[in-house]
Amino acid sequence: MGRFILGRLAATLPVMGVVAVIVFLLLRLAPGDPAAILAGDAATPEQIAAIRARLGLDQPMLEQFATWIWRLVHGDLGTSIISNQPVGRLILDRIEPTLALATSTILFAVLVAVPLGVLAAWRHGTWVDRAVMGLSVAGFSVPVFVLGYLLIFGFSMQLRWLPVQGYVSIADGLWPFLSRLILPTLTLSVIYIALIARTTRSSVLEVLGEDYIRTARAKGVTEARVLRRHALRNAAIPVISVIGLGIALLISGVVVTESVFNLPGLGRLTVDAVLARDYPVIQGVILLFSALYVLVNLSIDLSYLLFDPRIRY
Amino acid sequence: MSALDETARPLPANDPGVPRKRGRALPPMLRHPAVLAGLAVLLLVGLAALAAPWLWTGDPILLRPRLRLRPPSEAAWLGTDAFGRDVWSRVVYGARVSLAIGFAVSAVSVLVGLTIGLVAGYVRWLDAVVMRIMDGVMAIPSILLAIAMVTLSGAGIGTVIVAIAIPEVPRVARLVRGVVLSVRTEPYVEAAIGAGTRLPKLLVRHVLPNTIAPLIVQGTYVAASAILTEAILSFLGAGIPTEVPSWGNIMAEGRQAFQIAPWVILFPGLCVAATVLAVNVIGDGLRDALDPRTARGVGVR
Repeated sequence: MGRFILGRLAATLPVMGVVAVIVFLLLRLAPGDPAAILAGDAATPEQIAAIRARLGLDQPMLEQFATWIWRLVHGDLGTSIISNQPVGRLILDRIEPTLALATSTILFAVLVAVPLGVLAAWRHGTWVDRAVMGLSVAGFSVPVFVLGYLLIFGFSMQLRWLPVQGYVSIADGLWPFLSRLILPTLTLSVIYIALIARTTRSSVLEVLGEDYIRTARAKGVTEARVLRRHALRNAAIPVISVIGLGIALLISGVVVTESVFNLPGLGRLTVDAVLARDYPVIQGVILLFSALYVLVNLSIDLSYLLFDPRIRY
Repeated sequence: MSALDETARPLPANDPGVPRKRGRALPPMLRHPAVLAGLAVLLLVGLAALAAPWLWTGDPILLRPRLRLRPPSEAAWLGTDAFGRDVWSRVVYGARVSLAIGFAVSAVSVLVGLTIGLVAGYVRWLDAVVMRIMDGVMAIPSILLAIAMVTLSGAGIGTVIVAIAIPEVPRVARLVRGVVLSVRTEPYVEAAIGAGTRLPKLLVRHVLPNTIAPLIVQGTYVAASAILTEAILSFLGAGIPTEVPSWGNIMAEGRQAFQIAPWVILFPGLCVAATVLAVNVIGDGLRDALDPRTARGVGVR
């Protein structure tokens, strides 16, 4: 088992290496002169030359890569072209709202989606099943920001129940913090709920056809216990793995949701960087999110060892 | 060619997975009301896109500052935006852009993914390297990768199509590689190899047909997600040039005035949602029709 864990850890290295190479090459292989594009339309040749020098684009390619990786493994993500601040610092400043939004979304989505999926599988073929599946396809189809604006329109503008936009740190009061997190969480969790509910349903449906479910029912085990103890437990692995894969959806959604609700998190940082063509910041955020995705999925793979005693490597 | 080749030929016909079944499988799919509704919506959007100039539309990019932010009325069915442009005209013309992007992204990612998948599945020594690269691309959140590409290459419809297509390629490649790996061990493929069939012919005649059914399904899903992604990219300011009236651009321009003029975002938003939903439902229908194994499972029924 120790060998398995080590092997799995080692397998993340090439993936992160490929991510680093892609991010590195994106800037260097861009059509045209990247320094000119980043400097903007009104830039003077001196400004373009200054950006080229700052990003090290005037050095030989291999040397650029070596310096870049060397700094990266020492935790240096570079400096912003616009604000001249270290990218790592900028990310740390903006991480709180994003963490709050992501955590509340994952919790809410799992709490809603898993019971929905089990219900749909249990009532397979009925209108309940069709409704859950229909909503799930619909959830995949509505653009995140349209949903966000619809919720703002309904709950903030018409009903006036919740604040329209903005963020208040949890340190400044629990309700102001939560009330500004409700709509973004709802917005972001819809697509995640759709994904998890779908997987839960098909996984539970498969398990419900097993002999041990019939045995449990024949013994007179209550239906609720059959579903919880016998069905959901054995159907858990695909559900857990889709929660991890869904992190990718969540990350894309965070960028959009934060823009709609004006949350000063990493998503906003990214969008502002895009508008200002601040490539070092974009690059830093991509690296961070990709690493996060790889790490989450690594820990999920390892968690199978805990969740399923049948899995022994 | 040889006697062996003769025995190899009838075998694919007995394989339940080959697309020969399509002819029989499609009609039952059309009996699902959801799939029919999806086809109807898509047809409607397609017709609107084709007939845009004749659908009582005005000039979608004509600025009329005196008529800015008018609510929906008889003169402007869906109201006007912050520059006084007619939202109905813009939404109808926007259908052209969104459908074109959905189709183009789907075609590009399927073609590139198919090539990579066939090579990875068939050339053993390349497999590990190619698939690690695919894993790396998949680890980068697709919206962020697309944003970075558009920022660096400048906004343009071509750039946006490539930027949306590249993150989809690994999924297609994985799918094709999986099919190739499972088909390789089929008796009829081994028979064809034994009969001395050359690699290109082997791939085209015996392997490729098995990938068509899953690729049609995957291509449909890619088209749906591409329409969504275009809207998101344009909304974030990293999409196609702002002077093109795409659904994403219309909504992006409606952001500032959302609290006074919500219709500028809500109507195109509804169009995106309806179109993407239609394409997704058609994708589910196709999957159930083309893959007998999932027909009982996660369908639209």
